[in-house]
Amino acid sequence: MEFSELIRTGQAQVELLRGPEMPPLRGTLCVTGHHLLLSPGPQATPDLWLLLLRSVDSIEKRGQGTLSLSLSIPSVAGDAGTITLRCKDLRVLQLDIEGVEATLDIARSIEALSSLESVITSFPFFYRPKGLRLGEAWHFHPPERYYKRIARETWSSPLPVPQTRAWRLSEANEDFSLCPSYPRAVIVPRAVDDDALARSARFRQGGRFPVLSYYHAPRGTVLLRSSQPLTGPQKLRCAADEELLRAVLAEARPGARGVIVDTRSAQAAKQARMTGGGTEAKAAYPGWKRLHRPLERGRPLQESFVRLMEACGDPEQSMDRWLSRLDGCRWLSHAKEALSTACLAAQGMEWEGACILVHGAEGTDSTLLVTSLAQLILDPLSRTMAGFQELIEREWIQAGHPFQLRCAHSAFSHTRPKHEAPIFLLFLDCVWQLGRQFPLSLEFGEGMLLALFDHSYASPFGTFLCNSEKERCLCEVRTRTHSLWSGLNQPKEQRKLRNPLYVPNPLAIWPSVEPQSLRLWQGLFLRWTHPPEPSEVAWEKVWQIATVRGPLTVVGLSRCGAQAPDAQSQQRSARHVESSRTGARTRVPCIGRRTLNHCATREAQVIYLICTVL
Amino acid sequence: MEHIRTTKVEQVKLLDRFSTSNKSLTGTLYLTATHLLFIDSHQKETWILHHHIALVEKLALTTSGCPLVIQCKNFRAVHFVVPRERDCHDIYNSLLQLSKQAKYEDLYAFSYNPKQNDSERLRGWQLVDLAEEYKRMGVPNSNWQLSDANRDYKICETYPRELYVPRIASKPIIVGSSKFRSKGRFPVLSYYHQNKEAAICRCSQPLSGFSARCLEDEHLLQAISKANPANRYMYVMDTRPRLNAMANRAAGKGYENEDNYSNIRFQFVGIENIHVMRSSLQKLLEVNGTKGLSVSDFYSGLENAGWLRHIKAVMDAAVFLAKAIMVENASVLVHCSDGWDRTSQVCSLGSLLLDPYYRTIRGFMVLIEKDWISFGHKYSERCGHLDGDPKEVSPVFTQFLECVWHLTEQFPQAFEFNEAFLLQIHEHIHSCQFGNFIGNCQKEREELKLKEKTYSLWPFLLDDQEKYINPLYSSTSQKLAVLEPNTVSFNFKFWRNMYHQFDRTLHPRQSVFNIIMNMNEQNKQLQKDVKDLESQIKQHKNKQTDGVLTKELLNSVRPESPALKTSLCLKEQTLLPVNDALRTIEGSNPADNRYSEYADEFSKAEPAVVSSEYGVARMTC
Repeated sequence: MEFSELIRTGQAQVELLRGPEMPPLRGTLCVTGHHLLLSPGPQATPDLWLLLLRSVDSIEKRGQGTLSLSLSIPSVAGDAGTITLRCKDLRVLQLDIEGVEATLDIARSIEALSSLESVITSFPFFYRPKGLRLGEAWHFHPPERYYKRIARETWSSPLPVPQTRAWRLSEANEDFSLCPSYPRAVIVPRAVDDDALARSARFRQGGRFPVLSYYHAPRGTVLLRSSQPLTGPQKLRCAADEELLRAVLAEARPGARGVIVDTRSAQAAKQARMTGGGTEAKAAYPGWKRLHRPLERGRPLQESFVRLMEACGDPEQSMDRWLSRLDGCRWLSHAKEALSTACLAAQGMEWEGACILVHGAEGTDSTLLVTSLAQLILDPLSRTMAGFQELIEREWIQAGHPFQLRCAHSAFSHTRPKHEAPIFLLFLDCVWQLGRQFPLSLEFGEGMLLALFDHSYASPFGTFLCNSEKERCLCEVRTRTHSLWSGLNQPKEQRKLRNPLYVPNPLAIWPSVEPQSLRLWQGLFLRWTHPPEPSEVAWEKVWQIATVRGPLTVVGLSRCGAQAPDAQSQQRSARHVESSRTGARTRVPCIGRRTLNHCATREAQVIYLICTVL
Repeated sequence: MEHIRTTKVEQVKLLDRFSTSNKSLTGTLYLTATHLLFIDSHQKETWILHHHIALVEKLALTTSGCPLVIQCKNFRAVHFVVPRERDCHDIYNSLLQLSKQAKYEDLYAFSYNPKQNDSERLRGWQLVDLAEEYKRMGVPNSNWQLSDANRDYKICETYPRELYVPRIASKPIIVGSSKFRSKGRFPVLSYYHQNKEAAICRCSQPLSGFSARCLEDEHLLQAISKANPANRYMYVMDTRPRLNAMANRAAGKGYENEDNYSNIRFQFVGIENIHVMRSSLQKLLEVNGTKGLSVSDFYSGLENAGWLRHIKAVMDAAVFLAKAIMVENASVLVHCSDGWDRTSQVCSLGSLLLDPYYRTIRGFMVLIEKDWISFGHKYSERCGHLDGDPKEVSPVFTQFLECVWHLTEQFPQAFEFNEAFLLQIHEHIHSCQFGNFIGNCQKEREELKLKEKTYSLWPFLLDDQEKYINPLYSSTSQKLAVLEPNTVSFNFKFWRNMYHQFDRTLHPRQSVFNIIMNMNEQNKQLQKDVKDLESQIKQHKNKQTDGVLTKELLNSVRPESPALKTSLCLKEQTLLPVNDALRTIEGSNPADNRYSEYADEFSKAEPAVVSSEYGVARMTC
């Protein structure tokens, strides 16, 4: 299929309105296969305005002076139409277009192009940015990398010897035959062989047998995830599955208990039996205890998101109306439930020395929400920039969260939601809440979370394409598109994404989940309606304080350099910088890499000055 | 003290306010003449000033003892369980007596002695000089003058002695106008905007009834509008809801009739009265105190309390006022009923928006002295300092502080002070530790001889200035000269740090302010190092003109440099404020949070596995 068939018009003269605070843009609009282009007239700034068509969530068209555009009215000079575009990143744009005919054509083109289903014709397969190489920064084997880390941690663990080497990397899913939504390699107990895994997979919905999600080295406990067991109305059992969970307990610390956190209510779990699902019977899994923590998912969650955005779209409403709508949409309740369930799982591992298995029904949504949040709470490494990217890659993308289905539409779509649910957004919101309560403990800032939200719904990068590892392999996503991480990790992006106040914190971060402590994420939900300009300037100042170590230092440095007596002594002093720098490195208390570097560079400056004293 | 029967009770339990599993700390309760003190087994002290106590309740006897619930005006809420009922009863009775004094002379300020001599005390009181402040604004000038009409409090008892009025308003006009205004509070200058030559004036409601008019009052208003050469119209803002103002007409009071006054534009802004505000706060506190509060209950409670709606109304009024002056160059006269509650809120917030000086630490003190203390906001009655009419108590000043807090949230760089400063001021309007907020008007304060018998709060706040500094403050930003806050509903949030000040578990666990302060500090130290080194370079250059390097000097350069050790490496460690008292990581162990109660579910099966106490010790180390 050619895109040109879908593009009904070449170009048109338009005025673009981008909300109350931004100046309107005027120029020529052009629809291409993947983008909406607006090139301003020659007198304006030469910047091209660009919108990825994929990020259009809904489109409304209106003719001026006419009631309906569906009656094809002949184009009269001076008439105009208006198109309102609601984007997946929650922006609302308005295009005033000259000519009713042109309006209709543009609207139809956008409609057709923004809803293309095919993955391999999507923009990431054509996007070739300067400075990035294909295949760069793809974490090809997150489970393998993670397994290496576990192996390292188990070896250095102070726990008794049997504990070490309790886990192995299984490639039983090499051809995705066991479980289409798992990656090729998964981490499972060493005592369980691949045949048993296959049998266990047949007993779990979608083949998602229990696999290791996180190894909590300080306490030797583990976090596992799976989907619901297919017990059905006959209360079936599976010896391999039971053996797998028994092996987990046997190989963890002696006397360890297991807790199954079911993300459905007890009643919903029971009802699932009628459709072939169910939950683990107590008698069949000795040592494992079941807790039900109902989390909202699917359509109710999507509706909550839609209702929240409706409330956020009306700046004129009274205080009471706003509060009642905020209450009515229940979004913050969902955040609170997600966080407290994650805390429960984390607490079980950290305090009770328990192994935790999390599952709901399919094990691809709320399950991942809980396991990934629990890791952020417990694992200091996952709170670093690199660690967080790896966490998302491993716990969301590779773990088979169906991004293509869940993020097909955002809050503005007119179509009835089928599989859409903002579960990844809820995760990002919870991370934001963590970041608000521990403003120094996350290496990434709000900008990173916003970028992840935008890219998960529509992106020029391939990272969030498809629903599972299997699909990505079929589409050759990893070789034919660019990785989001390579885009984000470019030095020019860092200021937007990082938290200038980050100080590595080796402790667990236990958030407060009281309603008074949770706040609406204004930076996301009110990003376009409500520009937070003064606070942005303030943030700039924070950056300044945190990174620039005083312009005077630099001035002083250069001036001193210029004043250095002669070239020879300058050379000599440079050598001293080297030696004393390495000397300093060993003495600096090892708080973390970044602080160390900071410390080192700053010291180097001062040392350099001391040297020039000579 | 005759009220104290028991001074010490042991084995008292302090219950966690939000825990549903009745977690508690055991310790000893002491009763002193001024404070109630609880020391728990970790030697952590909880001090409660008697004047801060708003409510003491003794609940029905339980198996573990007699519960004693204390609610404080600074929003601390504590729940003790005293083992023996008699002890509980004694303490309860003592607290009842001690928290409600009958006479001003029994307030803490009259016995508080911070070891200052008389001249220091006097200097403290002179720190804020209102005459100086009016001079800063640019009055007296050709249009405004100082009036001596109220020098002996003859015209209005609740106004200060020095009042600024239009130059063309003669004394008979002033006297005539004051007779037509409730409590004699005739229109006077509150703030003068030098560039726009426009003024904010304040007064009380006119005694207009259904048809009465007063020529002198009309003249005075005309004089005010004539004093503004830029705009001959002036606004009259009645800060009450229209209905309330109309109802007042039946009592012979009311509002200005636009037909009787030339050149005025009349406007209602609809801020509710003190009784509505009191019950609104009451409702808010009830919601907050609920155990096991759900998100939904919290937001519907917030909505029902209406507290944020009232805050928005005050803010909207202030924005209206600031716009009238900035956009239309018009003078504004503000009044409510008596002109000492809502009027003070609107005038002071309006000036705060217009004038960056009031956003500095010192300027904020001046603002409070001017628009609140000197113009007769009835602190003692509104804060319930003495045992008086509970219907006079109302959180009017708290609302003002909350509005300022909302502004600091919206404009993080516009204020020299931080949240802690606002909280500290709020603490002291109730504490009666300093003389500033005692009494209801200047006349009463003079009669109490506060300046001789008590101390002023402001010098003590200035001494601790570094605690209250906003590290992001930018005093030079032109953009922030006049604040134009956005008052859409999204912007109004629940002020957790005020209403849950003492509920440590609800706060963020790490303080951004601390770390920025530390970084600033470090940067300064670095700059100093650079300077020192530069001067050393100069010295050495002078010495070694022949360019010889001695071996000694080389050695001294090696990593042992003292400057490095002290200023850099050690400081770096302190960046993570682990032991900072209030909002740090220290509070972050799950035992403080509600989900920890699921721990019970864990331990039911095998109770002997891991005691949670072990975990506490481990986490906080």
